[in-house]
Amino acid sequence: MKVKAQISMVLNLDKCIGCHTCSVTCKQTWTNRPGAEYMWFNNVETRPGVGYPKKWEDESHYKGGWKLNRKGKLELRAGSKLNKVSLAKIFYNPDMPNLDDYYEPWTYDYKTLFGKESKHQPVARAKSQITGKPMKLTNGPNWDDDLAGSDRSFGEDPNMQNIEADIKGNFEKTFMMYLPRLCEHCLNAACVASCPSGAMYKRDEDGIVLVDQERCRGWRFCMTGCPYKKVYFNWKTNKAEKCTFCYPRIEEGLPTVCSETCVGRIRYIGVILYDADRVAEACEEPDDTKLYERQLDLFLDPNDPDVIDQALADGVDMETIRSAQRSPIYKMAVEEKIAFPLHPEYRTMPMVWYVPPLSPIMNYFEGKNSIKYPELIFPAIEEMRIPVEYLANLLAGGNTEVIKNALYKLAMMRLYMRAKTSGKDFDPEKLDRVGLTEESATSLYRLLAIAKYDDRF
Amino acid sequence: MLKSKFFKKVEKFNGNFTQLEENSRRWEKLYKKRWAHDKVVRTTHGVNCTGSCSWNVYVKQGVVTWEHQSTDYPSCGPNMPEYEPRGCPRGASFSWYEYSPLRIKYPYIRERLWRMWDEAKKNTDNPIDAWESIVTDPEKTKSYKSARGHGGLIRVKWQDASEMISAMLIYTIKKYGPDRIAGFSPIPAMSMLSYASGARFISMLGGEMLSFYDWYADLPPASPQVWGEQTDVPESADWYNSQYLMMWGSNVPLTRTPDAHFMVEARYKGTKVVSISPDYAENVKFADNWLSPHPGSDAALAQGFTHVILNEFYNKKQVPYFIDYSKRFTDLPFVIMLDQSEVNPEHVTSGRFLRISDISDAEEVNAEWKPVLVDETDQEMVVPNGTIGQRWEKGKKWNLDLTAEDGHQIDPKLSFIDEGKTEVIDMPSFDAEGNDVFQRTLPYHEVTLKDGTKQKVATVFDLLMAQYGIARVDGDPYAAKGYDDLDSLFTPAWSEKITGVRKDMIVQIANEFAENAAETKGKSMIIIGAGVNHWFNSDMTYRAAINMLLLTGCIGVQGGGWAHYVGQEKLRPAEGWANIAFANDWQPGGARQQQGTSFFYFASDQWKYDELDNAAQKSPVKTISHSYKHPADYNQMAIRLGWMPSYPQFNRNSLSFVDKYNTRNMDELSKHVVQELKDGSLQFAAEAPDEDINQPKGMFIWRSNLFASSGKGQEYFMRHLLGAENGLLAKTNGNFKPEDMEWDDHSIDGKLDLAVTFDFRMVTTPLYSDIVLPAATWYEKEDLSSTDMHPFIHPFNKAVDPLWESKSDWQAFKGIAKTFSEMSKKYLSGVKYDLKTQPLGHDSQGEISQPLGEIKDWKKGEIEAIPGKTMPSLSLVERDYTKIYDKFISLGPNARGKVGANGFSYSVADEYDELKDIIGTYTDGIEKGCPKLDQDMNVAEAILHLSSASNGHVSQKAWKNAEEITGEKLADISAGQAEKQMTFRSITAQPSESIPTPIFSSAKHDGDRYSPFSVNIERNVPFRTLTGRQSYYLDHEIFQEYGEELATYKPTLPPFVMAPTDTHVEKADKEITLRYLTPHGKWNIHTTYQDNLYMLTLFRGGPTVWLSLDDAKKIGVEDNDWVELYNKNGVVTARAVVSQRMPDGTMYMYHAQDMEIEEPLSTITGNRGGSHNAPTQIHVKPTQMVGGYGQLSYGFNYYGPIGNQRDLYVNVRKLKEVKWNES
Repeated sequence: MKVKAQISMVLNLDKCIGCHTCSVTCKQTWTNRPGAEYMWFNNVETRPGVGYPKKWEDESHYKGGWKLNRKGKLELRAGSKLNKVSLAKIFYNPDMPNLDDYYEPWTYDYKTLFGKESKHQPVARAKSQITGKPMKLTNGPNWDDDLAGSDRSFGEDPNMQNIEADIKGNFEKTFMMYLPRLCEHCLNAACVASCPSGAMYKRDEDGIVLVDQERCRGWRFCMTGCPYKKVYFNWKTNKAEKCTFCYPRIEEGLPTVCSETCVGRIRYIGVILYDADRVAEACEEPDDTKLYERQLDLFLDPNDPDVIDQALADGVDMETIRSAQRSPIYKMAVEEKIAFPLHPEYRTMPMVWYVPPLSPIMNYFEGKNSIKYPELIFPAIEEMRIPVEYLANLLAGGNTEVIKNALYKLAMMRLYMRAKTSGKDFDPEKLDRVGLTEESATSLYRLLAIAKYDDRF
Repeated sequence: MLKSKFFKKVEKFNGNFTQLEENSRRWEKLYKKRWAHDKVVRTTHGVNCTGSCSWNVYVKQGVVTWEHQSTDYPSCGPNMPEYEPRGCPRGASFSWYEYSPLRIKYPYIRERLWRMWDEAKKNTDNPIDAWESIVTDPEKTKSYKSARGHGGLIRVKWQDASEMISAMLIYTIKKYGPDRIAGFSPIPAMSMLSYASGARFISMLGGEMLSFYDWYADLPPASPQVWGEQTDVPESADWYNSQYLMMWGSNVPLTRTPDAHFMVEARYKGTKVVSISPDYAENVKFADNWLSPHPGSDAALAQGFTHVILNEFYNKKQVPYFIDYSKRFTDLPFVIMLDQSEVNPEHVTSGRFLRISDISDAEEVNAEWKPVLVDETDQEMVVPNGTIGQRWEKGKKWNLDLTAEDGHQIDPKLSFIDEGKTEVIDMPSFDAEGNDVFQRTLPYHEVTLKDGTKQKVATVFDLLMAQYGIARVDGDPYAAKGYDDLDSLFTPAWSEKITGVRKDMIVQIANEFAENAAETKGKSMIIIGAGVNHWFNSDMTYRAAINMLLLTGCIGVQGGGWAHYVGQEKLRPAEGWANIAFANDWQPGGARQQQGTSFFYFASDQWKYDELDNAAQKSPVKTISHSYKHPADYNQMAIRLGWMPSYPQFNRNSLSFVDKYNTRNMDELSKHVVQELKDGSLQFAAEAPDEDINQPKGMFIWRSNLFASSGKGQEYFMRHLLGAENGLLAKTNGNFKPEDMEWDDHSIDGKLDLAVTFDFRMVTTPLYSDIVLPAATWYEKEDLSSTDMHPFIHPFNKAVDPLWESKSDWQAFKGIAKTFSEMSKKYLSGVKYDLKTQPLGHDSQGEISQPLGEIKDWKKGEIEAIPGKTMPSLSLVERDYTKIYDKFISLGPNARGKVGANGFSYSVADEYDELKDIIGTYTDGIEKGCPKLDQDMNVAEAILHLSSASNGHVSQKAWKNAEEITGEKLADISAGQAEKQMTFRSITAQPSESIPTPIFSSAKHDGDRYSPFSVNIERNVPFRTLTGRQSYYLDHEIFQEYGEELATYKPTLPPFVMAPTDTHVEKADKEITLRYLTPHGKWNIHTTYQDNLYMLTLFRGGPTVWLSLDDAKKIGVEDNDWVELYNKNGVVTARAVVSQRMPDGTMYMYHAQDMEIEEPLSTITGNRGGSHNAPTQIHVKPTQMVGGYGQLSYGFNYYGPIGNQRDLYVNVRKLKEVKWNES
């Protein structure tokens, strides 16, 4: 066992209102400068949808993340560093999003509005921030917001595979959710492994993954290696840049900008202790649907005296251990198992996790029995609009069971709280069925609903 | 020194998969430097979004860099989520504007006008004559007015701009009168000082401030109708206390972004959430059930729900909580006189409230204003306390206590069904085909009137049960035969037919909603918004939904009730602010306040294009003697009977009356004015709005993009108000002229001589103005902001000084006032006497001037013309134009008197004296001894110190006055905060909750959340209505004429795209007609942020419209294709967003996408496509102009026709050719 501390985040997608405040505050603070116009360290995607950059989840195209080779060993999907150098691929990397996959940043010819008298009312037209020429707008970082252009984007979302065909184009069966994304600060970061210059590293004390702006040589293999497409190329400085987990703030005890400014109050930050000696082994789990659980197995109980001893021996300081003991991440991911990693099948062991969203009942279930059984005031999981398969494809390598269990738990917590707040009895047996007790249901409720600043961060 | 890689310490683990290296990390200081900043300043954003969020603005080396939300709100308590962090992506991107190329940095004047002015000044010896020489020359005016909007603004000095403005003002005041000057600035709550600056200046001039809340259709007229209250709603944290939340036409995550989490989090507490929205809106994501009614059919849905509630919870069983609530707090037990039906003589129809004056000869104060009910204990007719009659009865303690004079408790009788007598009643109904009549069985009671005749009466409750066809009598042929009865109106089956929502869903949701309210004693809540409120008949829809809440006892209950959020209302420190904003400190009651919708309806000549067939809106059951065909005629009647204000006032200079009659005696003046009005020698200006003398001449616009985001009927504005290039396709409707107005066949284009705009962004309104002045942004000045969404009063603070030549609005108007006063010394000296008309006001004696809801028109000789009773009141206001500046900068002596609102009034003399020490006084001039208002911060201190929401001492005085009036114990509500005094510095240090005050209706204190009407429900304070209770029934004649005594479904206005007489538009091959809706958007707040690069980048970079997959297919349009949409009112070009979340048949153009960004030329007009407002048009609703009658009495932004803009259709086609500037 080798104990390491990792700063990590949980985003409760059930609470996400899709407002993009996180994206804007992040951008204003970190990337509103030349060369970084198109960069959104943090972005929010509407799902189903193609995301940013377009179709980033299509790893058959982008070749991001890890795969298992014939021997069952981890290998970068895009090939090893050695491979690149020896085959001279270092000078030509085809597996990378190009500008159009992100978008061509633009601005407007605003000063026309102050111009001389003209035949018609003046208007500020879009012009490229790259070429300065007028441009036709065809793509942006959030082009398919709120199911815009859904006839195309539904088909281009890889997670929509194997989902009932009649959802597409069917107003009655419409569903949507939001997915805010930032760097995953993975335990097994493919970007770090891809960097030929050794410029990328994972900090020993908190696991934050950074690009050394002095050592980066602009090879851009990190961009390919990262399956989440969260490393960007600054075309002014010719260096790779990415989300820093706001380390200048974290080091001062402040939450990240995206977390503190999240007006949906969906973000939680905390420390997780994990066994760094078993990461590779866990990543080599052959079954995609088990990868989530294998990652969970790496997380260590911060209250276990043996873990504490080993952590101290491995150089983790006591204050960090105490943070891990108070960590909302540990509670949601490990204790309650309501949070999940994004695409665990990429085998990078991402450390930004998500609570899956509940959703409205589907119309053809509505009205069924609800008057006869008033306790059915909330939709059953099977009746919800967002297909469990969709969530499982996104958050659990296709494992629908674990997603269902989390949704059951959230739904049961609501039922329990409804009974409690209206002074009615509630059969504790029902709580037991989803792995809750009255105490844990109440405490989960407080963490998710009351969610005071100090409980989130 | 860099160490060689080979000597570094390397440790391997994880099966040699991972290696730990020691490397220099000095480079990490790079991002730390980026994070470093010099100071953080607390401020907020003054945009009408209801947010009023507290922000920290970061400044680095004197440059604003970014903003993050502050998180230090006082706690909502251990068991509630907090307000932190309030803010949204729009606000987070504001700093972009600071240094953007869109920023207005200097004063500008239209070049053509400037050249004429320059030349004229050389040719004359004074600026007034120079101005006259321009505006009286038709060629010159046409030249500069037609150049509006075409660019060509040139930079000038502030002083140059002030001089031209002053010349215009002096010329206009002398020639036409001060009321030809109008000011438009909306929503004072969003930045109170800014609003007050121009309002104070214009009020001192005698110009009119135009209302906005009703004009924006943000006012829910149902609120004054039901409660006699402009609007009062729970703070957003109170959503969390609800156990059943309906979001109805209110897209909470989008339009209440900072508050949405309370709704989201309430779900974990077990609150059920239902979303009612035609599209799969953002809020649907959080719902347990989604109901998707056809747009505009919401009243029918509410009626389906109500049918179930009445049947299950009032008929099949009785819930004691509901019954008790209905008896005590609603007009359900009051009795209505039954008239003979005009359709079937053997049937009855409902009439007006029975009053004590109808049945008793006894001497009784205000007898015609005292409606009666039957006391169950002795079956006697009785007037319970709390009615409007007692309100204005001297010495009477006015409250809802049901103790009778003999000490017994009155038990209001809800129904006469036990008497066993029934009649058949004819009731009006409405559908897409027009109006109709239906019959119901109605239990009645018979009373003897004082003249001995027998009169049938029924309770409002019985009328309501009858309306819904609830089967209460065996074998009732008119009752509904069950929820599936498709033939009986208002059943769930009927509702499904109208709305498309499945009837079993209606039954289920209604049951859950009411059951929840029964279990929790009223904790069911409806969050309702613009999606329902912006329709022509929205008041009926709102009343239908409010009825659900009244029937289930939810209003006035924490976690329950209505939650209407449309526009940032609730200016918390109201008294101090109103004093300053309307210059009551110098000239109490001297300000003119005009109803915005009517003003623009006449000024932009939309009345001449009106096509609205009123007949279809009227009840077939009842006709009245004062009926008109044209909506404008109702407005004329409302003006002359004193119901609605009307400025410009008369077709004569209001300063000329004293000289003409050579008297300042009000009685004498009144006699002359009345006589002249009667004989027609004097006219209200609105009777002939196209005549030169009746036109508005000068307009000040600040904090608003009037010509785009708030200009309903934008192209009518462009043409008639401004004389600019426009896209109007309609022709005037000469076949449909008002009876009481003068019609001019000529097109009067460009009524305004001078449009002056203050802004920090170059958008449509400044583009079309003649003078554009650079305004300081929200990060560059001091101001105050509050909202109904939270209880705090937030400060604006300077992060940096005003950039370039910009000024705060206070400083800008102060500067103009100075130039104007100095020029007046030369050209407009001496005291003038301004004869001012004023409508009959709510919360004043005026509200009991026209009894029984009967119309008596002095013009038709039906009643004496008595100012202040049967017509507008008249008063004389002294104006000394040379002293405006001195008054502007000081808090006048009248502020050392009484303040108040809603009928409460209390002295702030002590506070005025304290202010002298807080902000200092002047030592000479008329302002000697008066507190200084020369600096923005002083104004803020004065507002905070003189208001009950921000000064605990004032709050205590206010509650004590309320105790005196009602005889109820109330002062304890704010006793705990009696010592609290907000100062500008204290609210800058940390947000602070406002103090409870009787000028708002929440009784909540000690950490409770704000809950409207709880002071009425918990403390027996009457509602400010006719009955003193919440109103289901409105009995004014015009409501009867329109069949709106009770709430009922009225369909949206019929599809109308082009009239045959309008400009011919060649149809495209593929073209469809779609309903055109303008909901609030995600990437802008009105037009603010729609031009901000971040917001443009985060969606599609310019104007878009949303339509369904099928509709797009029909016209061969694919996602992101350009389309052109038009109707008679105008044309828009935009890109299509095709999405499966849109229902067929409806197009969304998200509100306030302006026309200065990415808007190509129209192929139809050849001109620039318009903003989202181009296809809109004003339709005024006559019931919303009633006045002088209880809660239906005028108040500024309280009552008046709303500028609704949803009942519209457009033709849509692919844009053939995308052209930008050439043509």
